[in-house]
Amino acid sequence: MSELVIKNLHVNINGKEILKGLNFTLPKGEVHAIMGPNGTGKSTLAYTLMGHPAYEVTEGEVFFNGVNVLELEPNERSILGIFLAFQYPVAIPGVTVANFIRSAVNSRRRAVNSDDKGVPLLEFRKEVKQKMELLKMDPSFAGRYLNDGFSGGEKKRAEILQMAMLKPEIAILDETDSGLDIDALKIVADGVNTLRGPDLGVVIITHYQRILNYIKPDYVHVMMDGKIVESGNSDLALHLEEHGYDWIREKVNGY
Amino acid sequence: MVIKKPVVISTSKKKSETSDFVFSKEQVRFTGNQTIDAYREKAWKIYQETGIPNSREEAWRRTDIRGLRLGQFKLLNENQKASINDIPENLLEPVADGDHGGQIILYGNEYIHRLDEDLQKNGVIFCDLLTAEREHPELLAKAIGTIVKPEEGKFSALTGTFAQNGVFLYVPRNVVIETPLHSLIWGAVIDVAQISHIVVYLEAGASATYVLEFASETEEKGQSLITNNIEIYIGPQSNFRFVELQSLGRHVWNFTHERVQVDRDGQLDWIFGAIGGHLTKNFAELDLIANGAVGKMSGFYFTDKNQHLDYDSQQNHLAANTTSDLLFKGALVDESRSVWQGMIYVAPGADKTDGYQANRNLLLSKQARADSIPGLEILANDVRCTHGATVGKIDADQIFYLMSRGIARSDAEKLIVEGFFDPIMQRIPFEGVKHRFQKAIADKMGSYLG
Repeated sequence: MSELVIKNLHVNINGKEILKGLNFTLPKGEVHAIMGPNGTGKSTLAYTLMGHPAYEVTEGEVFFNGVNVLELEPNERSILGIFLAFQYPVAIPGVTVANFIRSAVNSRRRAVNSDDKGVPLLEFRKEVKQKMELLKMDPSFAGRYLNDGFSGGEKKRAEILQMAMLKPEIAILDETDSGLDIDALKIVADGVNTLRGPDLGVVIITHYQRILNYIKPDYVHVMMDGKIVESGNSDLALHLEEHGYDWIREKVNGY
Repeated sequence: MVIKKPVVISTSKKKSETSDFVFSKEQVRFTGNQTIDAYREKAWKIYQETGIPNSREEAWRRTDIRGLRLGQFKLLNENQKASINDIPENLLEPVADGDHGGQIILYGNEYIHRLDEDLQKNGVIFCDLLTAEREHPELLAKAIGTIVKPEEGKFSALTGTFAQNGVFLYVPRNVVIETPLHSLIWGAVIDVAQISHIVVYLEAGASATYVLEFASETEEKGQSLITNNIEIYIGPQSNFRFVELQSLGRHVWNFTHERVQVDRDGQLDWIFGAIGGHLTKNFAELDLIANGAVGKMSGFYFTDKNQHLDYDSQQNHLAANTTSDLLFKGALVDESRSVWQGMIYVAPGADKTDGYQANRNLLLSKQARADSIPGLEILANDVRCTHGATVGKIDADQIFYLMSRGIARSDAEKLIVEGFFDPIMQRIPFEGVKHRFQKAIADKMGSYLG
């Protein structure tokens, strides 16, 4: 069964503990939102799941389809089926979007079969074109240097384009709605909704409820001070929107 | 109180047997043409008067040639036979799409040349230097020694005096050569100085593309010396595209003085690629000598192990309304070292000048070192000159981002390095040349990543 299971995860960055015993399970094909105020460790969770070297796991475990992913390099986690849509995608000057995605696709093919000759160029171009249409991207986009001089909306669309091309089993969307105007948000949400289904689980990390109007989550979790402290259905998000986080803070602190 | 340190000047110069070259005047080749012979005579005089460069001279401060065993070098002689079969096949392949308009291969004491019949009929000359001295001395004399002067340094004087061969390209007025010309100067023999003089002259309204390549095998032990003078005149409204590729063996000490003079409304597109050699010192100068002259210089280098590469570039705006644009990019691995020292000079009265220079370096190891020194000297008022120089490393966040998409660390580094060089690749007009450069990058990355 394809699922992500996180048990008692403790993570340090620069010696400071950010995640303090986080538990979370994402069953196959479900969409979960993780919400919470700034500085509670949401992005730390995203980077840790992807294996960023600056995040040190001091305790706990993360299993994906029964595999201990904490032992794996970021590229191995990706090939296993984990995808992170970055909040701040990095520019790689001189490397075009198309060339980069082709390298990523070919890395996966070679992981399955080391003799693989790579994806045929025509087949690749056709698929990129089709996925770009879905995200309402201009064809010239494929020839631009990756994230180099991209607007906020272009960066986020490029992330979803990669997700569409790489076909992960779970996608972590880290603040994908930040910096997007409503039109761009709708395009990105449409893209995610087209891809979601029994083969794709999604974790939406956000501190605004807005994106959840467009991508309906199956469950909503609230994160505070490095842990998940409250879980519920999609109504929880609406409640948070109306009442803020204070009532949870009070509940957690016991007064 | 200021105590002045006593200045000690040592007068007892111990002259060891390796402190200077041992070439003699009998080795100078006089041709019977007065201009050429007077030039060689003068070069010989300056050669004798000029000392071996040392680190007290600004241009040589970062490049130490004391390890070069000067006294052991002999000139290439009759007995040093080379075989065309030793030359790797890929070096002889066309560098552009389609065939060469002409090709010269110099190896050992031998040469092959070929030039399209149509070009011959139009008066184009493309031959080795010895043939030019015999058959076209007047044309050769128009340029030889007038652009790169013997006074520029020990090596320009040495090359002017003793050049054993080289290339002469002459394009008559209004002749446009569509297909590129290619020459390969092959080989680097232990204890031998291989001295080449390349002279190019484009009359007004001419157009040509020329790819000049220096290459050799690597010898495990010993040293070879290669010195070159490359002098090029681009006439009014002429257009010249010039690509230089250097993939010499790791035992080669390589010294080049090169200068291109661009006349009124002439255009130069000059591309350098260097991956070989043990030590390279190159003086590359662009002289924009009349109104409307334009010169673009694009450089690519990639060093590893104990390679040392030193480029001095000079963009001389000597007339008004002239434009220069220089971009040099280098990657370094292991304990290799590069130096780029650039200067834009704008002469008094050279108004409406537009000069640009940028040097970018990517260090792929902790031990590698790149010195990047831009410079401006502006003696006119109404000009626009900008420059930039950077030395950087691969960003760990770039690696993480690429790896998060399934790309292995080594492939991620390759992608970033290829991307780093892409702006230079975009400046290369031919797929064949691009492929040579890309293969060079792939080979260097391959050996570095293991």
